[in-house]
Amino acid sequence: MQAEENTLEKVVCEMGVEIKNADGLHMRPAMQFVDVANQFECDITVSNNENSVDGKSIMQMSMLAATYGTKLKIKAEGADAQQALDALQELVEEKHFDEPAPSDQKKR
Amino acid sequence: MEIKKGVAVSPGIAIAKSLIIDSEDYRIPRRSVTPPQRMIEIQRARNAFKTAADELTQLKAEQKTIEQRKIKDIFAVHLSFLRDRSLRKRITDLIHSESVTAEYAVSATLREIASNFAKVKDAYISERAADIYDIERRLLRQLVGGKREDVEHLTEEAVVVARNLSPTQTAGFNKEFVKGLATDAGGRTSHTAIVARSLGIPAVVALEDLTETISGGDIVIIDGNRGIVIVNPDDETIRQYEEYSHEFAELGHRLDAIKEKPAVTRDGVRITLLGNIEFPDEAEVVLQKGGEGIGLYRTEFLYLNRPSEPTEEDHYQAYAETVRVFKHRPVIIRTVDLGADKYTQSKRFAPEPNPFLGLRSIRFCLQNLTMFKTQLRAILRASVLGEVKIMFPLITNLQESMQTKMILRDVMEDLDEESTAYNRDIKIGVMIETPSAALTASTLARDADFFSIGTNDLIQYTLAVDRGNELVSTLYSSVDPAVLRLIRTVIQDAHKAQIELSVCGEMASEPEYIMLLLGMGVRTISLTPPMIPEIKQIIRSVTIEDCNNVARAVLGMNSERQISSYLRDAARKILPEAF
Repeated sequence: MQAEENTLEKVVCEMGVEIKNADGLHMRPAMQFVDVANQFECDITVSNNENSVDGKSIMQMSMLAATYGTKLKIKAEGADAQQALDALQELVEEKHFDEPAPSDQKKR
Repeated sequence: MEIKKGVAVSPGIAIAKSLIIDSEDYRIPRRSVTPPQRMIEIQRARNAFKTAADELTQLKAEQKTIEQRKIKDIFAVHLSFLRDRSLRKRITDLIHSESVTAEYAVSATLREIASNFAKVKDAYISERAADIYDIERRLLRQLVGGKREDVEHLTEEAVVVARNLSPTQTAGFNKEFVKGLATDAGGRTSHTAIVARSLGIPAVVALEDLTETISGGDIVIIDGNRGIVIVNPDDETIRQYEEYSHEFAELGHRLDAIKEKPAVTRDGVRITLLGNIEFPDEAEVVLQKGGEGIGLYRTEFLYLNRPSEPTEEDHYQAYAETVRVFKHRPVIIRTVDLGADKYTQSKRFAPEPNPFLGLRSIRFCLQNLTMFKTQLRAILRASVLGEVKIMFPLITNLQESMQTKMILRDVMEDLDEESTAYNRDIKIGVMIETPSAALTASTLARDADFFSIGTNDLIQYTLAVDRGNELVSTLYSSVDPAVLRLIRTVIQDAHKAQIELSVCGEMASEPEYIMLLLGMGVRTISLTPPMIPEIKQIIRSVTIEDCNNVARAVLGMNSERQISSYLRDAARKILPEAF
């Protein structure tokens, strides 16, 4: 019974994102990612092809060493999973962690 | 109980709790804790995270301008790491599963993370390893920083255990409570050895991995006679050592009894015994041990542990204090020998690739005239208080010697103009500590009032051996035939020029070398104060004829090993209980 209840309550969402800022997911972007992730209740896991890490840990996130163009999969489990994914996608793909994309750099 | 073998560099026995000093630059050694202690270590790690985070929050808040935004970002990232639960968990898990100290767990975990960064091909990301090291240092400062201060504020007896000891660290020791030293690195003439001998405490060096097998607070026996360190000895061993230590002290007392007697050979030749000192308060020790003056007053201590250069007054006070103790007995002040291993102000003097062949000692002084003249003024002013002599280190040729004397004359003229009193006839000596100086001793002698042979550097430059490097330290020997030939040349040239000569290196504190030195014609010896009674005892037990025979035999030998064992046998016959 209990297991069933859990499955019912648990919302699981997944989404693919691509790193679009030139310098990749270095320390400061990793921190921003973690800061956003920590605003939500749900568990967040981020994976590249090789590793799966806790999206709320800067240590683990920065060790993904995701460079420009890397595709990541974000998985969220919990009541606010969808909101979390939306916020993270905005940060990674639209705001590019407030950093320039390679094309922007050329323009400057 | 664990017994470690090393190299004995200062005699005596110490039994006390260990105090481990870590250097920021070294890997934190792996140290085990008992299972019940793990909770304490976990708590220490948590506290370190908390204090470090508070410190960073404060720092971050202080960065207010737009230019400081980048720094603020860096601090924010570091803070984020310190608040990362999974990082903390990894560290506390390591403490729990492996029963290690908090500092080891912090260091091992963060270095592993840093090395993962360093492997990433993207340069921008791989450079972030530096951030991780910075976080590591911040945490370690919380964990080990306090301990380092402990050495200065010790309240109970302890033996100090370290990977290596720097002059700055030893200068801060509370001499009342530090009972012995043991280090992983070092050789017979390393700084640790010199400091231990001048403090009269036992020391063993070159123990390789001692810091990894010991935990702070473990009971340790340091046997500075046999070169052994025993970690966590059993009761029986402690009892045996207490007895042995007592016997050793007895020998010391017996030797102290000859303090008032002169250093005269059995056939009536008078030998002068002087002390080597590093700090002014050691002057008293020289007197207590029966020394007749100071043959080498190292002045580098004035430059240690202080943010700015010492003033003329700082120099003067230190010299005046020592000279007053000796009144009309000689005090030979050596001008500052900074650089190379005594490299203390790394912030100001950019590191050199080959410091022992670089800008050190007199060379450094000749390029920093303001600093040099400050010291010369102070020495000259102190010269009216007693029998002060001045000695220049690492002179390698006549030109350097002449240039140095010219600067001294400039300073004298300045003092004349101000009508400041000084001894116009102050004796000026040259240290012979390079092969070039030894080979041209006859030339240098024309321009000097006395020579002092600094054997430590002379050996290292002659044999091309770094005395602190345990990989080659066995090649370092005072009685290598090459070294002895140079020493003989210097002695002969000094005699021909009729100038005074003394030997002031570590060689002069070695009981087995005394007969040889006397036989080669040395009549003045300057040595580490605690060894004065023992050396005097030997002098009083021999005749110059014995010594001449020893020297003749040794100078005909071609191998260092043969010479060493011959000298050890000869000395054992004279003072059996010391060997």
